[in-house]
Amino acid sequence: MPLLKYNNFVADQWLYLETGVPRPDGGKIIVGFDRLATEWDDLARFSGELGVKLSNTDKVETLAPFISRLALIILTFPSFTDGRAYSLARGLRLDGYRGELRAEGNLLPDQLQYMRQVGFDSFEVSDRFPLQSWQAAANHMSLAYQRGLYRPAGEAEVWSVRHQGFEPWEEQPHAG
Amino acid sequence: MYRYDEFDHKFVSERTAQFRDQAARRLSGEISEEEFRPLRLMNGLYLQLHAYMLRVAIPYGTLSGKQMRQLAYIADKYDRGYGHFTTRQNIQYNWIKLEDTADILQALADVEMHAIQTSGNCIRNVTTDHWAGAAADEISDPRPIAELIRQWSSLHPEFSFLPRKFKVAITGAPHDRAAVKVHDIGLRMHKNDLGVTGWEVLVGGGQGRTPMIAVTVRDFLPEREVIAYLEAIMRVYNLYGRRDNKYKARVKILVHELGAEKFKAEVEAEYARHPAQSTEVETRELARIAAYFSAPVFEKLSRFAPHFENSKLSNPEFARWAKNNLAAHHTDGYTIANVSLKPEGGIPGDATGDQMRVLAHLAERYSFDELRVSHAQNIVLAHVKLEDVFQVWEALKASGMAAANYGLAGDIIACPGLDYCALATARSIPVAQAISRKFADVAIQEKYGPLKINISGCINACGHHHVGHIGILGLDKKGEEFYQITLGGSSTESASIGTILGPGFAAHEVPDAIEKILNTYVSLRSGGEEFLHTYRRLGPAPFKEALYAAA
Repeated sequence: MPLLKYNNFVADQWLYLETGVPRPDGGKIIVGFDRLATEWDDLARFSGELGVKLSNTDKVETLAPFISRLALIILTFPSFTDGRAYSLARGLRLDGYRGELRAEGNLLPDQLQYMRQVGFDSFEVSDRFPLQSWQAAANHMSLAYQRGLYRPAGEAEVWSVRHQGFEPWEEQPHAG
Repeated sequence: MYRYDEFDHKFVSERTAQFRDQAARRLSGEISEEEFRPLRLMNGLYLQLHAYMLRVAIPYGTLSGKQMRQLAYIADKYDRGYGHFTTRQNIQYNWIKLEDTADILQALADVEMHAIQTSGNCIRNVTTDHWAGAAADEISDPRPIAELIRQWSSLHPEFSFLPRKFKVAITGAPHDRAAVKVHDIGLRMHKNDLGVTGWEVLVGGGQGRTPMIAVTVRDFLPEREVIAYLEAIMRVYNLYGRRDNKYKARVKILVHELGAEKFKAEVEAEYARHPAQSTEVETRELARIAAYFSAPVFEKLSRFAPHFENSKLSNPEFARWAKNNLAAHHTDGYTIANVSLKPEGGIPGDATGDQMRVLAHLAERYSFDELRVSHAQNIVLAHVKLEDVFQVWEALKASGMAAANYGLAGDIIACPGLDYCALATARSIPVAQAISRKFADVAIQEKYGPLKINISGCINACGHHHVGHIGILGLDKKGEEFYQITLGGSSTESASIGTILGPGFAAHEVPDAIEKILNTYVSLRSGGEEFLHTYRRLGPAPFKEALYAAA
């Protein structure tokens, strides 16, 4: 499955550790939320970069004790109509998480812009859509009404522009 | 009324271009019908029994003469010369071709309209009081906050793939004409002791298979906090609303299963966790919007209108229409003219292109260029001078829109039913037509007094039968249509869900059954008591007796 990041397909350098597989001494590893919680004493001493994969029924608040050590959080979309991970992503960014936030599962190009706006910055996507479809879908809308979401260059928030200068602009914490 | 600025224009035209691209990719086969479905639904496009149906948003039911003319143009050019006004203050076209859709959306964008989020599992068109800005009992016009919510909810990235659809209704008057207690979120304006207005927030009302009355989660939310607070409610729903069963996926089920107190605590916890850092921009945006809704410049007129009074004396037909179809305006010398789209034997809510153009003309000439669509599927001219009412009525009469049955037995709300809808289990329209013919004599309707008859063609309840004083639900039993009757529903500030009376009836038996119910009411009412009050006082027993005892 290709990994889409910064509008291009890139190589994935992260390794997902299945249950029971011992961790290496370094590198970039991803564990499930259960393992993160139960093996925290060991994982806290890990010298490489640490990522976690959540299911969309996990509560983001429970990540609080670990969040400063995490460089990657993966949220899953079991189907493209299941929108829970949008709120999880938004919650993580509102909580101040600045690491990489990856979407995986059943994703459509037409959802890419929404996913970026709530704070995702990498996407494990299906190979049935060509890169051009993803690149085109990323810029369908140049305007949005909601405030406080992630806006790459070329996207503007209507209310903030209409009332420029009346309130300090606080960009949402974001890695992208 | 609200006018688009350059940003609103650009937003809608980009959205139209996006849909044109999506439709092209569907037609080329790049995306599957299953994948296209949520995309087209979020642009108002349904696949119905015979054709595509396009539902166009009329935000909070307000539109200009120019916009109404464009709706007429679309009806004539792309449909079969008519459109259907819905219970969500929208209009839908029943005979649309997929390849025309992008052009229709462009025609709408040309007059500051769209079909965004008239369908799909997202926040739908916000509805409000069809007498907003005109009603004598209003605290303040609810449309500025409705427009603010329209903008905020448009293509909201976090809330576009909710467990199920989500409907918001708003009232600025103590007498609730917007049915806020049977919506996913209802907002009710209140004024506190200091003269400051704020909003009561209700969550979890709804109809469908599981009708429920909403619970209040905040008694008085300051206006500047409305958007941030709605985000908290939506986040709780998006995360915890059920997705395992689409019939249990509305927020009302979540409220019911968690319990009102626990749900409220979840919302408050979410709101406290991520409070709005500042609401200055929302406050300024609301003020910017409110300027568009400032009251028109009314003339200083006498309460007594001689031409109006003389016309009533010389023309009994007009007098009857004036008695039933006008409502109190807050300014002397003006009135609210309610145009019934329920002619005898007609299809509730349907209007032809020609009729739409007449309405547009009347709005431009007599009502500050503003029309309203009501959730009862009628049209409102909200600011008509009493001295102009007779001319308005003559024009309506000439084009078949002078039914004098507003708020009476003939003013029936009905869903499209099995004549159009892919979900329906029975027809609604022929039943509405039969009842309308049965009570064609307005004098008889007047004898029965204020009455709401609602007809749904399946348990999804788009005809709002649960909250009709008399509700009729069409079902299918072994290939035969039959109709269940409920009594005692109401969607006002004293909302209630109707009670099923007993076994159902065949379609041809329904009008007689309604007549028996109404005659029972007339024989039992005390003084000037309305049907609903008599029912609430006596309960279902005498009505059951009248319907079933003889059989």
